[in-house]
This record gives sequence, structure tokens and C-alpha cells, in this order.
Amino acid sequence: MASSETGQDQSTLFRGNDDELRLKDSASVRGTPAKALPAFILGEELADLADHDERIVVATADLANSSRTRDFAARHPSRFIDFGIAERNMITAAAGMASCGMIPYVASFASFCAIMGAEAIRTDCAYPRMPVRVIGHHSGISMGFYGTSHHSTEDLGMMRTIAELTVVCAADANQLRAILRASVDHPGAMYIRLGRGRDPEVYSEVPVDFRFGKATMLRDGSDLTIIATGSQVHASLVAADALAEHGTAVRVLDMHTIKPLDADAIRAAVHQTGAILTVEEHNIMGGLGSAVAEVLVHEPRVPFRRHGIIDEYALIGPPAALYAHYGLDAAGVAKVARALIQG
Amino acid sequence: MTADSGKGHNAPEAFLAEKAKFIRLETLRLTRIAGAGHYSSTLSAAELFAALYYAHLRYDPADPKWRDRDRFVLSKGHAAIGLYPVLADLGFFEKALLDNFTRLGSPFGDHPDMKKVPGIDFSSGSLGHGLSVAFGMALAGRMQKRDYRAYCMLGDGELNEGQIWEAAMAAGHYRLQGLIAIVDRNQLSIDGPTEKVMSVEPIEDRFRSFGWDVRRIDGHDLTAIMQTLGSLRPAGDGKPQMIVADTVKGRGVKFMELSLDWHVGNLVGEDYDDAWREIEAGLKPLHKESV
Repeated sequence: MASSETGQDQSTLFRGNDDELRLKDSASVRGTPAKALPAFILGEELADLADHDERIVVATADLANSSRTRDFAARHPSRFIDFGIAERNMITAAAGMASCGMIPYVASFASFCAIMGAEAIRTDCAYPRMPVRVIGHHSGISMGFYGTSHHSTEDLGMMRTIAELTVVCAADANQLRAILRASVDHPGAMYIRLGRGRDPEVYSEVPVDFRFGKATMLRDGSDLTIIATGSQVHASLVAADALAEHGTAVRVLDMHTIKPLDADAIRAAVHQTGAILTVEEHNIMGGLGSAVAEVLVHEPRVPFRRHGIIDEYALIGPPAALYAHYGLDAAGVAKVARALIQG
Repeated sequence: MTADSGKGHNAPEAFLAEKAKFIRLETLRLTRIAGAGHYSSTLSAAELFAALYYAHLRYDPADPKWRDRDRFVLSKGHAAIGLYPVLADLGFFEKALLDNFTRLGSPFGDHPDMKKVPGIDFSSGSLGHGLSVAFGMALAGRMQKRDYRAYCMLGDGELNEGQIWEAAMAAGHYRLQGLIAIVDRNQLSIDGPTEKVMSVEPIEDRFRSFGWDVRRIDGHDLTAIMQTLGSLRPAGDGKPQMIVADTVKGRGVKFMELSLDWHVGNLVGEDYDDAWREIEAGLKPLHKESV
């Protein structure tokens, strides 16, 4: 069932004509070797887990190359299912498999598995507490010029309102490995949000202390806390470095788990640092920013700003150009942070 | 199977007819407790429920999660009111629990919940999902080398849902012989005859073209139902199997038969007593004037 290895690399093509981040076999993205990028380890890590666990099955909806679930298919062909272009059937059938003792990981573009599949995730996975792991790759605006149909700036908002669903975002490949390993025996259904798969390294090794619902403090500071998730964790770290050069001490929290949210870490940030900035590749309505705001309304007032897509459909453009346009890169985050601190 | 099963009875059809009557009477009783319920689409499926649960499916009420049991997904979840009494009768749970049907905190809602009701293999209620669920169950069985079959009861109007055809396509493609779909072809969806609202025919040709083996029977004829269920092939590689059961919505109560008014309703006073007596007397030939 695995796709042919011949022809053009779909996993590259679906990332667009983006010169800055174009990959060759030996290339790297801002210091991260290609083979250590999230796009290239999903199928491999799942196959490693499946070597020791017969419950694990993997499915895609005609995107085995784009998600590299083909790497799983090559090693475990009898436990790989390509559903064709039928995401809802994939998610619901995964729930049926889960009810019979399997642990399905089903992957598609975030726009199709989370937005199109939302009802199947709610009704068939989360509500009956089926251990289905829905993996939404190419989330946010990372599909660039493929346009709004392929963008996903609403998925966190939709997934977050589904009771008992764990919602988690991977910042890089090592964190993705940690998420996948921790997910196997985690109770209930889960939505795992991946970026464009080219996210540069945040964690130099697989974080052994990864826990769902427990934010990771990547850097401490007293002037401002940046709470970031997914693709924006790396951008926020680089922004924090730039701000430090001008004497601003920034705490950076990787809020990988959007639900259940680590409210304790947010409250600590309120009391220990002067301001809060959330950064996400998502509409500022409904996602990380809203989730943090729901905690902040019960706390003493501090300067607070949500940074992301401001309730609009993104322009057409290569991903890097879009990130620069919407300030979803280190320079953009630093700019918003300075404005927040300076009031 | 339990001692109450129809298997081994000398006159299984007569036994099953009594169970179908029991299902219809319980549908009346439980709907009265709730104050509203899906009468007519449950009455159309009474013989199918009786044959499946008292003479065909493999299960163990003492071990509802038995891994080798046959799976049954009631995709037309609104007929759960006809399934709960069967599960209680078979010993999956105490019959008295049904006396509080749909009241605050009851495990039993109008649509079935696998987390709350022993014997329910999957929750349902949102039409169009069940065939995908049963597909996944049959696929898991094949991967695990188990020989159970996964059954799915579909409504006919439900065939309007696009996801049904995604699942039908996948089942044909993966040649899941262990997947059995039963269509309760009772002719009506809420807004009228299916062929006026959104036509589903020709059902047999459509599913055959998706790679299914399809048979069509009278869904109230217990001999035909038993014969057809008995002829189903075991789980394995081959065409998924479908039984289109031609039924009458509201069957067993004259004023409900093929009436648009009783999809959801509540019988009160003399109407309740009349319907009860009519069901108790047993099925009469179809009331042609209502067709």
C-alpha cells in the first residue's frame, strides 16, 4: 500500500516554492538537518513504536508521502490503511478499530482532518473515549499559496471546545517524538497538530520530561512571558534572544498542550513577570490566546496581548513570505513584544 | 448465547415472532415513559432485531466486552428503543433499569451510548457514521485474525449521507467479507417517501457497483430473514455483504403503517390501548389502504 519512491518528492512540493526553506537531501533548515525535521520522522517514529506494540495502526487519506506515513507503510504494511480521499470515513473507522483494541494514528492536512472531520472527532472519538490520535499536519498558514481551503487557522478553536479531547502541538521533531511516545497509552482521543514539517530544532534531544498538560519553560525572565505553541515556539525563542540584547528579560513557555491547559504555569507567569504575550499560527480567536485569556480573567490584571492571525483569511504567498507578512517570525514576535512592554 | 436464545427451538419462527411482539410492546411502553419516541422506525425493525439477537449474533451477556463477539452497530440509532429491551431480556443488564428510561441520569437515551449501556457496541445517533465504524471493527478483526463479523443496521434515508458511500467504497476496496450491512428499507424519512425527498434506489445496483454482495428480502418474513442470515459467509477476504430488508414503517400498528406522522410521537389514552391490543394480537396482512 506504500506509495512509490519514484518521482518528485511530494513532501517537498506541498511546502511550496519557498527558496529560504527549500530542501535538498543533504540540506538543513537553520541548522537542523533535513532528516531531523518533523516532516521526516512521523512515519519512522510510529513504525518504531509499532515494532513493540501490535495495537498501533496508521492511516492516511491519500497523503502518505506528504505526511511520510509511507515510512510506516514500508515497515508495517499490514497495519497501514490508505483511505483514499475520505477523511471522515478514516476518522470514524479509526474509532471502530479503537473499540476493538487498536490504537489508530490517522493523519491528513489539518484543514481536512480537524475542520472537515470535527464531527467525527467529537462524536466517534472523543465522546466514546476512543484512543484515536488524529494528526493534523500542515496546520496554520503553512500551505502558503495553496490557499484558504488548505489553511487551518480555526482547528485549535474547534478542537479545544470538544470535551475530553487532548489537544497538543509539536514545536519540532524531538518534541513530536516525545508526544507520540507519550500518546500510546494516554487515555481518550487526541488531536496532534503539526506545522509545515520544517520547524527548526527547539529541543536538542527528545525531552524526557514531556507531560501532556505541563508547559515547558524554555527560558526564564522577569519582564515578559511569551506563551507560544507549535511553529511559534522557535520564533519566540529567537525573539527573546533579540529582546535580551536590549535588556528585556523574557520568559518563554512552550504551551504544547492546549487542552488540558497548564493554568498553573500561566498564573505563575502573571505573578512573576510583568506581561503576557501569546503567539500562535492560528486565529487569535479560539486558540491558545483565548485559552490563556480564560485563565487571566481570574487573575490580577497585567498587560496582555494575543498575537496570531487576526480573524481573517490569509493572503496567497509562499509560507516564509506569509510568516513575515503576519509577523509570525522572530522579527514579528519581537516587534509585538516591544510594543506590549512599552505600552 | 443464553438459554433464552432461539437456537435449538423446534419452532424458531414462532419464538422469534413472540420476541418481535415483545420488542413492539416495549417500544410503546418505553415511549410512554419518555413522553416521545421513534415509534415507526423501530416497529419496522422488530423482526430484524429479534432474528439477529435471539437466533444469529454471537455474544455473551455475562461478558459484554468479549473480544471475539460479533459486533452490532445500530447506525440508525433512533431505533435503540427497540434494542434496549432485547439486551435487558438477554441479561446484559437489569430489566428494571428500563423503567426509568430517558429520565434524568438514565443510561438510556433515545440514541444508544456504549459507555452507559452494556451490550451496545458503539454509540450512535448522528446518521451516516455507523458503516464506517463497522468497517473499522471488521478491519481490526482481520488484522487480529479473529473470526467475528461486524454488523451494521442502516436506515434507508441514512443512505443520503455521503460518508456511507465513503465506507461502502472502502469496504469493497479492502474486500471485507466480515462486514454485514442490513438496510431497514421502510420507505420513509422524516419529510416523506425517500424517493421523493432524496431517492436511494436502486440500492442493490448501487452497492453492487461498489463491490458488495447484495440480497433483498421481506424484512418482516422471519423465515426469509433466518435463511438469509444463515447463508452469510464467514469473515475473510471477499465482498462485503448487504441485506436490503423491505419493511413497513410503523409495522404492527395500523394507523402508523406508512404514515408520516409517527416517526416521532407519543401515544396517549385509547390510542395507546388500541395499539397495544393490536400488537398483542400479532401481525396482520399489511393494510393496503395505507400504502
